[in-house]
Amino acid sequence: MVDVLNALVVLANFVVVPGIAYGSQLALGALGITLIYGILRFSNFAHGDTMAFAAGAVILVTWWMQAQGISIAPLPTALLALPFGIVATVLMLLFTDRYVYRFYRRVKAAPIIFVMASLGVMFILNGVVRFIIGPNDQRFADGERFIIRARDFKTLTGLDEGLAIKVSQGITVVTAVGVVIALFWFLNRTRTGKSMRAYSDNEDLALLSGINPERVVLIVWIIVGILATVAGTLYGLDKTYKPFTFFQLLLPMFAAAIVGGLGNPLGAIAGGFVISFSEVTVTYAFKRVVTYLVPEAWAPDSLVQLLSTDYKFAVSFSILIIVLLFRPTGIFKGQSL
Amino acid sequence: MNWRNISLFGFVGLMLIFVGFLQSWSVAFSLINLCLLSSIMALGVNIQWGYAGLFSVGTMGFVALGGVGAVVTSMPAETEAWQAGGLQVIGALVFAALVIVGAIQIWKRMAPGRRRTVSLILLLVVGFFIYRYLFDPAVEAIEKVNPAGAGYLGGLGLPVIFGWIVGGLLAAGAAWLIGKISLGLRSDYLAIATLGISEIIIFIMKNEDWLTRGVKNVNGIPRPTAYEVDLQVNPGFLDWANWLGIDPVTLSSLYVKASYAILFVIVLAIILWMSEAALKSPWGRMMRAIRDNEEAAEAMGKDVTKRHLQVFVIGSAVCGIAGAMLVSLDGLLTPTAYQPLRYTFLIWVMVIVGGSGNNWGSVLGGFLIWFLWIEVEPMGLWLMNVITSGMADGSGLKEHLLESAAHMRLLTMGAILLLVLRFSPRGLIPEK
Amino acid sequence: MSEPFLIGDRMSGGYGKGPNILHDCTVAVEKGEIAVIVGPNGAGKSTAMKAVFGMLDVREGAVRLDGEDITHLSPQDRVAKGMAFVPQTSNIFTSMTVEENLEMGAFLRRDDISGTMEQVYTLFPILKDKRRQAAGELSGGQRQQVAVGRALMTQPRLLMLDEPTAGVSPIVMDELFDRIIEVARTGISILMVEQNARQALAIADKGYVLVQGANRYTDTGAALLADPEVRKSFLGG
Repeated sequence: MVDVLNALVVLANFVVVPGIAYGSQLALGALGITLIYGILRFSNFAHGDTMAFAAGAVILVTWWMQAQGISIAPLPTALLALPFGIVATVLMLLFTDRYVYRFYRRVKAAPIIFVMASLGVMFILNGVVRFIIGPNDQRFADGERFIIRARDFKTLTGLDEGLAIKVSQGITVVTAVGVVIALFWFLNRTRTGKSMRAYSDNEDLALLSGINPERVVLIVWIIVGILATVAGTLYGLDKTYKPFTFFQLLLPMFAAAIVGGLGNPLGAIAGGFVISFSEVTVTYAFKRVVTYLVPEAWAPDSLVQLLSTDYKFAVSFSILIIVLLFRPTGIFKGQSL
Repeated sequence: MNWRNISLFGFVGLMLIFVGFLQSWSVAFSLINLCLLSSIMALGVNIQWGYAGLFSVGTMGFVALGGVGAVVTSMPAETEAWQAGGLQVIGALVFAALVIVGAIQIWKRMAPGRRRTVSLILLLVVGFFIYRYLFDPAVEAIEKVNPAGAGYLGGLGLPVIFGWIVGGLLAAGAAWLIGKISLGLRSDYLAIATLGISEIIIFIMKNEDWLTRGVKNVNGIPRPTAYEVDLQVNPGFLDWANWLGIDPVTLSSLYVKASYAILFVIVLAIILWMSEAALKSPWGRMMRAIRDNEEAAEAMGKDVTKRHLQVFVIGSAVCGIAGAMLVSLDGLLTPTAYQPLRYTFLIWVMVIVGGSGNNWGSVLGGFLIWFLWIEVEPMGLWLMNVITSGMADGSGLKEHLLESAAHMRLLTMGAILLLVLRFSPRGLIPEK
Repeated sequence: MSEPFLIGDRMSGGYGKGPNILHDCTVAVEKGEIAVIVGPNGAGKSTAMKAVFGMLDVREGAVRLDGEDITHLSPQDRVAKGMAFVPQTSNIFTSMTVEENLEMGAFLRRDDISGTMEQVYTLFPILKDKRRQAAGELSGGQRQQVAVGRALMTQPRLLMLDEPTAGVSPIVMDELFDRIIEVARTGISILMVEQNARQALAIADKGYVLVQGANRYTDTGAALLADPEVRKSFLGG
């Protein structure tokens, strides 16, 4: 019995908890991608670097706050800096929309042109972020590190295995849940939110109903700005901030959005967790878990790992490819162009 | 031949000559070589985009595969490694391929339903475990053989030029597989799928040490030209250097680079000639008809998917050849060097800026954009120096500005792409 | 004769820079009346209605609503003036519930819409039953009811319907026409393009037969039905 508990704790510590945290971060990022696809109707390749920009802005404000001695220990100061980062990001997005994307909407350019333009924006954002913050790792987390430490857990429960939950992981889940609830309330219970869903559903009919397209665009970018800033900051707090990592996240996020059904917010969230858990489970070495669960004679020698850890990203790409081939509309019937 | 196009090319030529004088001829020649290679890659992408409207973002993968092809053909074989596990690895891979073929057969031939799903899963799961059982020990054995110097299977030891062809074929084969799977997808999805697949290819290269030495890189790849060190001790060469009044070391480096340049120009010329011929041919016209109105073409009985596959394979093969040539030029296979920014997105900028749908445009784009990509850094540094000349030395801002001159590249590329896309969407040399 | 409530007066025009599709075409409807536009395929029926709604270029002629010249107003502006348009296809928000569809129909209104919604539910009782269901899950006839209900939410003075019974079974068609009559009874004018000419003319106060973008026959619905020439050419005897 104790062995089973130990096995569960190991699973929780190395698979479940990280999976939930990473899944929340992916979900928030995928939500941004799916909203842009559903409402603005293009795949925004610049979203990863948008998150880098957003998190970068938050980091700058955090550093300033830390220098001023402002703190909200045990929580990280970055949370205080979030609103500022959001404002900066939204402004940047609106600027980009006004000078890049709006023209193509007016001339009704093909969606592929939007994607190419988003490539250009990606380049520029990449350059700007590295220009201002530099390409290296940046530390900005402070406050308590752990909600519960591994050894505290062991002492508490008397088990051999410890479960550690970091503050950043806790914040990630709480914030993500909060943001998602707010978003869904907005989309389903407010007039503006419903008008955006209508616009996404049937653009011509929405225009006929008097829905103002430019207002819809404005609100989408605001929401995306909020999502990107929150997602980027949470990821940076939890793991690390390095501008390049956000470009790498682009593919898992797209995978999450597509798996859940592009254009479907609920799908983006579900997709985020599917991708996250797949990555973690497929590359986790189950040796310890198995050792606890089976009689000693059968204890495995090898790591019992399906694929080596380096293949983590490959997992999400593979899932993406499989979904694209067999069920392109995703789990929750999204839209295809 | 029209004057505008000639002057555009002339402008680029002039810039290269400037670099030769202002920096060094060595740098200029290195630039020329990479410009030539970039042009070939841009041609490959243009074939996919300009002829068939396929937005593939997987160029990086094919370029990398070309490099692998060069390694696998021209490096000497590591006999010990082969004995340790070479045959077993190949056996395991063949087995895996058979399992996949079997799975496809089950999918196609059995009626949909529980039995089919169960058989499929059973086959794949059992097959996977057997494959690992065969594969893992073989790989371990190979990698144990002289890990510092080799630790991999090596190649066939054939002349390097064959390596270029093999690189192209390898890329073509992968493209065929990838195309079969993903060409049915809509444009956005195709972009994402190809980006993902190219990342997977790079992953495999980084991790399968037995094939490519992974992150330890393969160096000392044979080359089709002379080696500088050999030239420097060659009496005939030394006499020539004396007569020219150039230091033999510099001359040897220039000589080697120029030899590469000549080879690359020949390859570029062949590919360009073939591409132009294809474009003007009935096949080319048909491809563009399909691109412009797919539904009408299908209604007329054209097998659109098959044509797309053809174009995809050919374009990727061209990229593969360029990738193989790149590896011979560097003498190194560095899997970690394959970044999507540099090898996929930059090439796209070349095609769009140069002129999508026009082969000469792609070549121009290749030259111009690569030139800017490299030269923006020194130009930016020079600009930053001018800007900060008024500032006090050691000031934090000055240092930061000088350091970040490097990132000007990305900004410039993005700005150029957006400007061209907006104001000159058909590019510098538009499609005829 | 006093000016009709809505008149598209001798309209000539076409799409974009293309040639004229309508030639001197006139359609009009009185308050609370049902006017029907019929004709063979390609006669320009939908085009005439779209011209009235402002979705194409009226190069000659005018459109007047209640005496006011609205020829140069955009479709959205015409909605604000009291016109409502139900397209033939893609006329509901499939992913949204029936009730949300109605809410979107009333998007331009800032006042309390619950009264109007009750009226729509009274008119189309089945929509009340299915109000929380996604509109895309309903049957063809029910979807048309949602589409009409959506248009009614702006409390229009004129309701325009483009082939409302297209692809619908005969029983449902009868029901739909019944509802349309009831809507007209509340004082809303109806302008309708229909393929099912016979049944449509049977409920029409005024009928317009268009051929190749021009008026061929104009009379009351009953008169047109009785006219042997009209019957021979368009109604199958």
